[in-house]
Amino acid sequence: MTTLLETHNLIKHFRDVDAVNGIDLALPAGCCFGLLGPNGAGKTTTVELLEGIQEPTSGLIRYRGEPLGPRFRQDIGIMFQSTALQDYVTGRENLRMFGSFYRRTLPVAELVEACALGEFLDRDTRKLSGGQRQRLLLAIALVNDPELIFLDEPTTGLDPQARRNFWELIHRIKARGKTILLTTHYMEEAYHLCDEIAIMDHGRIIAQGAPRELLAAHFDDVVLQLPLADFPNPAPPLALTVMRGRDAVEILTRDVNAAIRELLAWNISLARLQIRPRTLEDLFLELTGRELRA
Amino acid sequence: MNFQRFWAVFVCRNWEFLRDRSTLTWNLLFPISLIAGFAVAFSGPGLALYKVGVLGDAASGGGDAFFKTRYVQFIPFVDLPAALPKVERHQLDMLVDPVGRRYWINEESPKGYVLERVLRGADAPATFDKQTVSGQVIRYVDWIAPGILAMNMMFSCLFGVGYVIVRYRKSGMLKRLKATPLTPLEFLSAQVVSRLWLILATTALVFAGTDWFIGFPMHGSYLALGLVFLVGAISLISLGLIVAARTNSEEVAAGLLNALSWPMTFLSGVWFSLEGVHPVLQQCAQLAPLTHIIDAARAIMIDGADLAAISGHLLVLTMMSIGFMAVGAWRFRWE
Repeated sequence: MTTLLETHNLIKHFRDVDAVNGIDLALPAGCCFGLLGPNGAGKTTTVELLEGIQEPTSGLIRYRGEPLGPRFRQDIGIMFQSTALQDYVTGRENLRMFGSFYRRTLPVAELVEACALGEFLDRDTRKLSGGQRQRLLLAIALVNDPELIFLDEPTTGLDPQARRNFWELIHRIKARGKTILLTTHYMEEAYHLCDEIAIMDHGRIIAQGAPRELLAAHFDDVVLQLPLADFPNPAPPLALTVMRGRDAVEILTRDVNAAIRELLAWNISLARLQIRPRTLEDLFLELTGRELRA
Repeated sequence: MNFQRFWAVFVCRNWEFLRDRSTLTWNLLFPISLIAGFAVAFSGPGLALYKVGVLGDAASGGGDAFFKTRYVQFIPFVDLPAALPKVERHQLDMLVDPVGRRYWINEESPKGYVLERVLRGADAPATFDKQTVSGQVIRYVDWIAPGILAMNMMFSCLFGVGYVIVRYRKSGMLKRLKATPLTPLEFLSAQVVSRLWLILATTALVFAGTDWFIGFPMHGSYLALGLVFLVGAISLISLGLIVAARTNSEEVAAGLLNALSWPMTFLSGVWFSLEGVHPVLQQCAQLAPLTHIIDAARAIMIDGADLAAISGHLLVLTMMSIGFMAVGAWRFRWE
């Protein structure tokens, strides 16, 4: 698969902070690539370097094998987490304005269809709901029919229904063979949408690969979940890894049958037992730690 | 420079301004109401410059010429204890008792001093021969109108470009535009041209509106006046660009713009002539574009000056525009 965007030893230092510490990335054409990490991990700086918004302290960024230049600007679409649009201007007028910046553009009707803008296309952008605003910003990101699309936490602040609808839009973009770089705090979103993910912390990539492959590489156990009320306190001396949470107890095991036998031996009720596989969230917490980040 | 990109930003900026009814109304109504207010305040037989309290009645002064002095308002008082505190507090410039042949002034009051000189000398025989000047009467409102038009233009230029760009930067809109092929030159040009035509159009409307019910003297050419406002607006917008070039705080921008606009308002002769002001301040005033706009506009409207007569002001404004624009463009950052 052709590599569309790649970096080599990308470094960005601010006065007091080493935000990006030598990142090597390669985005294959047609791939949806997820960049995950806790707050302050360096995701936003990395993405802004890749977008050409910021200049790296050192290192290389190449688009189709060349340094970022005018062609890159023409070929990319960007949706920031929060972008203000001009007040008193409608969605259609915004699409026209952004469309005029590019040599190649998609017809407004196609964008309206792709992002479901029909009901509010001619409405003042001040009067849009959160979900409508995100759909319009996605349409603006797609106005030049970009090869590479940056989506920075596109569903933050949306309700679950709006988020699911947005995922459907991203699936449609993927189906058109576009390359997507997605940052998100929602592990479920990354799992559903991304072909490949990279987890960042302290300005470095600490894990990278396809979500299923990463999970398989890091975990060979499953999680047994019991409501906290169903678990004895104090806990019996089980030969299992037990993690007590606020509402539930999680038991990690490679052998579900053996674990269940042991729990039954201690007369623990399994009526409300749930068994789930390991998730990206487990991986994320395992790799980045569970302490609070600013 | 891509004209299509310039035009797209220009059009959207125009919609933003024209659809914001409150801003548009304020831009039109504020100067009109200000000029109308001055016209009303300074209309009539003449503004009383002094206030003199008279115990009893001015008529009781008999044939005293002092009580026939123009521009002095004589206010009758019955009670001396009630009138005296008003002199102490500068509410009255003088108190006269025509029957008792007494008067009171506040020694700290310049107006009281002048009135005392008038009162004491009013009946003295003239020792100078009076001469009069003739010519068209210039009302105060005629003199102040070009200043108010220019001042309104200044606020609109500085805040309409400077403040708006800072707001765009703070809201992240400039960052989004930076990620497109739009260049700073195209963006800034669109902002400048959009604000320029809107200001010229609103200034023309305000001029026509106030002229309709007040009636300005216009002894020069409208073309020359338009040229002064055009070059003046460019210079003020360019000054606003310098403030907007990097600031990303609306509070800082507002402070800087106020720090520029208010001294200019006071030093450029909007409200009063700079004659007699300290020479250093007069020199400082020459550094402000507003001074040159007002001086040139007054020269055209009141004195009928032609382009050659105001060419010095036009040259200074042009040089300022080039300098401010160069600094603003050089310092400009999207973020």
